[in-house]
Amino acid sequence: MLIKLTGGAVYDPASGIDGAKQDIYIQDGRIVDQPVGDFKVDKECDLTGKVVMSGAIDMHTHIGGGKGNIARILLPEDHRADPVARTDITRSGCGHAMPSTFVTGYRYAEMGYTAGFEPAVLPVNARQAHMEMADIPILDKGGYVLMGSDDYLLRMLTAKKDQKAINDYVAWTMQAAKAIGVKVVNPGGISAFKFNQRKLDLDEQNSHYGVTPRDILRVLATAVKELGITHPLHVHGCNLGVPGNVDTTLDTIQGIGGLPMHLTHIQFHSYGTEGDFKFSSGAAAIAEAVNKNKNITIDVGQILFGQTVTASGDNMRQHANHKHASPNKWVTMDIECDAGCGVVPFKYKDKNFVNALQWAIGLETFLLVDDPWRIFLTTDHPNGAPFTSYPHLIRLLMDRSFRNEVLSTIHPEAQKMTTLASIEREYSLQEIAIMTRAGAARLIGLQDRGGLGAGNWADITVYTDNADRQKMFEKPDYVFKDGELVVVDGKVIHTKWGTTHVVKPDWDASVEKDLQKYFDRFMTMKLGNFKISDDEITEDGRGSLTVHPLKGDVA
Amino acid sequence: MAEITEVPSPFCGIGTDDLTIQVDGVRLKVVKNGCTVNTPAFEQAITDIRPRVDGKEVGLDVAVTKAAALLKETNQPVIGGCATDVNGMRALLALADRSGAVVDNMSFTGARNNFLALQDSGWMNTTLAEVKNRCDLLLVVGVDLEGFSPRFFERYLWNEESMFLEDTGKREVIYLGKAPSGNASTSPSGQKASVFECANEDLPDVVAVLRALVKGNPIRVDSVSGIAVADLQAIADKLLAACYSVVTWAAGALAYAQAELTVQTISEMIKDINNQNTRSSGLPLGGKEGDQTANQVCGWTTGYPARTRFSSGYPEYDPFLNDTNLLLANGEADALVWVQAFDAKAVPPVTSLPTIVLGRSGMTFAKEPDVFIPVGTPGIDHAGHAYRMDSVVAIRLKKLRESGLPSTFDVLNAIEQAL
Repeated sequence: MLIKLTGGAVYDPASGIDGAKQDIYIQDGRIVDQPVGDFKVDKECDLTGKVVMSGAIDMHTHIGGGKGNIARILLPEDHRADPVARTDITRSGCGHAMPSTFVTGYRYAEMGYTAGFEPAVLPVNARQAHMEMADIPILDKGGYVLMGSDDYLLRMLTAKKDQKAINDYVAWTMQAAKAIGVKVVNPGGISAFKFNQRKLDLDEQNSHYGVTPRDILRVLATAVKELGITHPLHVHGCNLGVPGNVDTTLDTIQGIGGLPMHLTHIQFHSYGTEGDFKFSSGAAAIAEAVNKNKNITIDVGQILFGQTVTASGDNMRQHANHKHASPNKWVTMDIECDAGCGVVPFKYKDKNFVNALQWAIGLETFLLVDDPWRIFLTTDHPNGAPFTSYPHLIRLLMDRSFRNEVLSTIHPEAQKMTTLASIEREYSLQEIAIMTRAGAARLIGLQDRGGLGAGNWADITVYTDNADRQKMFEKPDYVFKDGELVVVDGKVIHTKWGTTHVVKPDWDASVEKDLQKYFDRFMTMKLGNFKISDDEITEDGRGSLTVHPLKGDVA
Repeated sequence: MAEITEVPSPFCGIGTDDLTIQVDGVRLKVVKNGCTVNTPAFEQAITDIRPRVDGKEVGLDVAVTKAAALLKETNQPVIGGCATDVNGMRALLALADRSGAVVDNMSFTGARNNFLALQDSGWMNTTLAEVKNRCDLLLVVGVDLEGFSPRFFERYLWNEESMFLEDTGKREVIYLGKAPSGNASTSPSGQKASVFECANEDLPDVVAVLRALVKGNPIRVDSVSGIAVADLQAIADKLLAACYSVVTWAAGALAYAQAELTVQTISEMIKDINNQNTRSSGLPLGGKEGDQTANQVCGWTTGYPARTRFSSGYPEYDPFLNDTNLLLANGEADALVWVQAFDAKAVPPVTSLPTIVLGRSGMTFAKEPDVFIPVGTPGIDHAGHAYRMDSVVAIRLKKLRESGLPSTFDVLNAIEQAL
């Protein structure tokens, strides 16, 4: 079937098209060039006056894995306020802060998103992450495997194993967990918490291993680079949420020595200690460092006011944060000599000084970083706010008067501590398209996604241009996934299953000799039962794997 | 005859995956690393292969059609048991969503003690590998741990080596409440567990005093429920002196009213210990026959654990009112679907309502159900996934034999399609 989308204003940064009127042809799920000679269009959509972008990609969203499910089960009262009934074509579930899997898929698609990436896949919990994501309809998905507090790596570092051995282990773990990237959370800190350390600075040693976060970051960032993984090491740094952590973050940027590194939810790591309340914005310094260091990419982790729940691998910091739990119930776990997690409900309040300034710090960061290819639009769902608040966030970025209107309502002391009112920048549609599409696909290393040129999969979102950008982005006219029309007027009309994106870096078979011994001595599973096989993703007939090339591969 | 190694078990809850099983046609024999829970569960013979409708053997398609026809006639079906693998639960929840059923895992009344505590105040928990490598003091509250999981001590406490303890044999084990039934908790060098016995019903008082002592609050009595306060003080001191104590309990073993408050007191005590410059973690036991699997899959599909109804068109959780037995007793249900792929002895409650059973082959009934479909057991007749007790690790279950028995997923999916 040949589908023609006629006359829309196309924003496709991947092809350098910035709002030009252009027709798009879809055949067999992909975007194709206009056929030569005589051809018959089976279906035509008139998109005159519409805005056309590729499907949006959320490069950091907690949509699969144990901590998310703990968050769900922890909050029945939140679900009760947002029940989602079944229809003839969709399943029932719940929404708000941590929606059920099916509702996650529907609501993302209804905002024009066609892919989401779980940033914290614990190797030992990777099966669950993939099983949950397998129950998210419409979206493509993938995960970054969490390393850095696993005892195997820390033992390797203490034993001074060489970089090649670490590369093999990282590659093996990525394949065992079916990942497309590598993440580190509070490097070494999750392990340190198990040894009763309650904080860990960049150069502070893990009391058992004598290894510092800086050491861990360096070897993992090097491994990712040397293995040819496109997505740079995905870093949730030290000291999340601690006033003064801006210095740690700046030091982290300097200390990585030019290696590619992605700093995630950087808002939570951009706090100074100035002012009457000893809490201030470090956004300007962070933005300056990001602007200067081209090896660095970031996503913001914007907070937005209201009830949500924070779910993180960082059991150390989450344990400290439990004092702010609202409602007052929370979970931390130490997990399998592999990692940990912490789940703490939060209610961000605009009349609370700290929350109000957190809000401003996130927005300052968005507006002060020059290059939209190196900054990404996230709320660290659900940690800063549920993903359903993205259209509101886009309006804050694109509409200065709206932004200042909201700014004038937050805690007055926070207003004094932010430069937000003086920042004139408004994001353009093309810049939004970069952050949420082309840039995200490039950052993750997704082939044939995130663009509208011929050869790309036809993940396409069509909006009606509207000066109220929130209204515009919360209700696309059409969303196509792999060429199939799945959303009309902001409602799912058809569902399908997306693919799971992975990379398969090579590893030396000898790595399993040591791992086998380690598993037999210290772990609770056999090595063979630990590794996830391809058929676990595909055997239900719905899932599929899409393997992306490594850097240096010949496409 | 084939021999399959590294077989994972969905029966014992602690994720043993080192069994060696001999397969002779459809006969299984555990030849290595069996235990009193796993060996009989794996070795149980297949008896029924054919589904029955009204007691007469029929083809699967006939049974499926009949089941669908029965469900079409109902207004409020309840799906009980819910003992199956991840894919089985997926199909079960899809069917419940379509038919407006109540979904209720058969172990939920016990598990509710944990969920109510979790949903009210939360907890700090750990998993088995952390126990194996870090735990220097294990406090067992109200459960005969080796009766629950015979290989727990061998695998996770008396392991030869650990990463962070010089001598695993020096770990200390303390029982509070129920005494152990055997000697599995005795260390390899002969050090016996300390046992402070009381009736489980007295645990609320005993645990409350222990928590008070951990917090340093004065206690003005000498003994509580037959246990000397001095002994409880000694336990509190040890919890505070340990580097990584672990407190374990089995929600289902706390079989008295408002036992969730005991779980909550234990969990809050663990938080208190963590506020006194050392580490401590909880370890709720469970994970048998798909209980955690049901709650996990229901969790991501609906937001709630597996005592949830779909009769309003969307999921509604009620840990009390959605109880299968209560619904049957009060005449609030008009059909029963019973799903039990693991245990032939776990039969449905007797009811005069139309009853559809997907059961493990060999299930016998006081009253023949309208439809009985013998299904394969996950981890024996087909591959699958099951959660072990910590709800973190989903074990990959293997297919061991070619029995021809359909999976829960296949049958429930077919019924849903037929609706």
